[in-house]
Amino acid sequence: MGCDLLVQALEHAGVDTIFAYPGGASMMLHQSLTRSKKIRTILPRHEQGGAFMAEGYARATGKVGVVMATSGPGATNLVTGIADAYMDSVPMVAITGQVPTTAIGRGAFQETDVFGVTLPIVKHSYLVMHPGDIPRIVAEAFHIATTGRPGPVVIDIPKDVQKATAQVTWPAPMDIPGFRPPPAPDEVALHEILGLIEKADRPVLYVGGGIITSGAEADLLKFARSTGIPVTTTLMGVGCFPENDPQSLKWLGMHGTVYANYAVDDSDLLLAFGVRFDDRVTGKVSEFAKKATIVHIDIDASELNKNKVVHLPVLADVRLALRNLNQLLAKRSHSHLPKRFQKWREKIEGWRKKYPFSYSPVPGRIMPQQVIEELCRLTKGEAIITTGVGQHQMWAGQFYDFHHPRSFLTSAGLGAMGYGYPAAVGAKVACPDREVIDIDGDGSFLMNVQELATAMAENIPAKAIIINNQYLGMVVQWEDRFFSSNRGHTFLGDPKDTQKIFPDYLPICQGFGVPAERITKPEEVRPALQRLLASKTAYVLDVMVPYTEHVLPMIPAGGTVKDIILEPMQLGDAPLQSEVPG
Amino acid sequence: MRHTISVVVQNRFGVLTRIAGLFSGRGFNIDTLNVGPTQNDKVSRMTLVVVGNDQVLEQVVKQLNKLVDVLEVHDFKDGDVIDRELILLRVKATSSTRPEVMQICDIFRAKIVDVQSTSLSIEVTGDESKIDKFLQLMKPFGILELSRTGRIALPRR
Repeated sequence: MGCDLLVQALEHAGVDTIFAYPGGASMMLHQSLTRSKKIRTILPRHEQGGAFMAEGYARATGKVGVVMATSGPGATNLVTGIADAYMDSVPMVAITGQVPTTAIGRGAFQETDVFGVTLPIVKHSYLVMHPGDIPRIVAEAFHIATTGRPGPVVIDIPKDVQKATAQVTWPAPMDIPGFRPPPAPDEVALHEILGLIEKADRPVLYVGGGIITSGAEADLLKFARSTGIPVTTTLMGVGCFPENDPQSLKWLGMHGTVYANYAVDDSDLLLAFGVRFDDRVTGKVSEFAKKATIVHIDIDASELNKNKVVHLPVLADVRLALRNLNQLLAKRSHSHLPKRFQKWREKIEGWRKKYPFSYSPVPGRIMPQQVIEELCRLTKGEAIITTGVGQHQMWAGQFYDFHHPRSFLTSAGLGAMGYGYPAAVGAKVACPDREVIDIDGDGSFLMNVQELATAMAENIPAKAIIINNQYLGMVVQWEDRFFSSNRGHTFLGDPKDTQKIFPDYLPICQGFGVPAERITKPEEVRPALQRLLASKTAYVLDVMVPYTEHVLPMIPAGGTVKDIILEPMQLGDAPLQSEVPG
Repeated sequence: MRHTISVVVQNRFGVLTRIAGLFSGRGFNIDTLNVGPTQNDKVSRMTLVVVGNDQVLEQVVKQLNKLVDVLEVHDFKDGDVIDRELILLRVKATSSTRPEVMQICDIFRAKIVDVQSTSLSIEVTGDESKIDKFLQLMKPFGILELSRTGRIALPRR
């Protein structure tokens, strides 16, 4: 039957875990899953949680994350996760049940045109009309999801197709002549890059998620070492270059390091490898790296000259490009290069010393930054960290030092709140031997709090730290800076009793059977984190922090390094005169 | 600028929506669109005429190339392409005006495909300038109905 063919095809594709929530139009598929000895089916408590789990699994491993839901509402609940995978180039296969082909278009119960709804947010999609096509479609879907720039693929399977039988052969040949791998890196362009480096005085490597996706971290390290060029990453690229390395400038952009932003602004050669010139990185794009000759290597031709017109666009898998560059470097005498850029690195060192990430402790209060610094010390920077979206996300990136790729899992492009805990669950399933901790905000955590049930029921010891300030902190920060602190529905506590901590996560966690504690004093941070790390089960640490803290530095949206804000707000500061920030 | 974009696609459902979505998602109106099979019945050719900013259209062409069902994309500039359009129109024609309409049809090598007591139905093919000129000449007689296929195009080489 079609449903068994699907499960067999998933097994052929090497799937060991699927995050799946059943319903009328997908229960046949679940019946087949119960017969599989190779696939572990994890039941999330909301389809969106399942989609984020699949993403956490995929981003922690590089393998395809597989999620399944029923038709209609089950499928529409996947949409945010699919959009997130599309924005952050995460390999995902999303399978949805559909009403029978005879009922399609009749407004049947739980009918939604999922193929149509997801069109702008998928790399590709299928509506399966014949069971015999299932092996081919699944093989194609996994190939497309992982090849080139990864992304989500949707497979919508009507219920009658799940029931129908067909004769098939394995393995199924693929039929996608329009899907071509990128060409080999152009030798001439690579020579030109080396020529540009020879001529440059102030080069910077600006590297991103492409390095992690293509597994190019070792090639990048070698290239950076042999040229002595300082490295800054995007948020998606965090961990692709060790952040404790003297050549690392950590990450750049709106809330990135001052020294990375200054270095890019002052650079005369910008090597943009596996990045996409996101607006949170560039600010005002016409002013970004204005003095630099820009080289852009990307596997996706549509990214070249999309957001920023560059001097040398190179269409290539960045790993192959870096490997070939390293080979060319080995043939040339290049040992003078690191020395040549010594002065430049010293200039950046000056900025690094002058503008480290910093914060001013409030006496008697726990500072969010302190929690993350302490966690980094206790875990030696070796944990997998997931986040929600907002202030805590930025602080997690700033105050945790990442040494390995696939260690910082965050909704970067879409900025989807609620991502953190389910992503941690998915990552923990994929990497049971690593510590996986969701650093979350009280707003984000609540959005998928139901996944504590999944963690408990499935014995998945994913931990969560709630940086709880009772507010939608990042929006509050913008209200403070741009709207004279007028609160537009950003208070998340109980308006009837603003002193009360609300919602009370301790009994909520208790209801899920998840141990939890709350801390309010700075001296409690370290022992509480030790208890969290020692826990053999899922664990929630609710950390009460002041809501007045801002994420700094900050380059306002659409601004330049000249607009960088370094100082906390003072009472009576006028709101920033800027166009409505976006 | 005006672009004629020819897209060779696999003949599968959903392809048209995927392609149209790339334009609508960027706020572009498609002026004309023509779809039909090629010599290979598994492959269709779409011809789109779009007006838009060159840089954004370059981005659209790259996005078209990314679609799994798209086999080839050409963004034609004037000169390196042969293009034609077919139109059917019904024009008011009384006994007094009919000879003049027929005379113009002769000049344009248009075919009269149906005759009624008060109107003529005409078929004409050609490139855009010819069609435009023909319609301009028909206008004073009173165009009752008009249907255009939209431009189809092939590269010269």
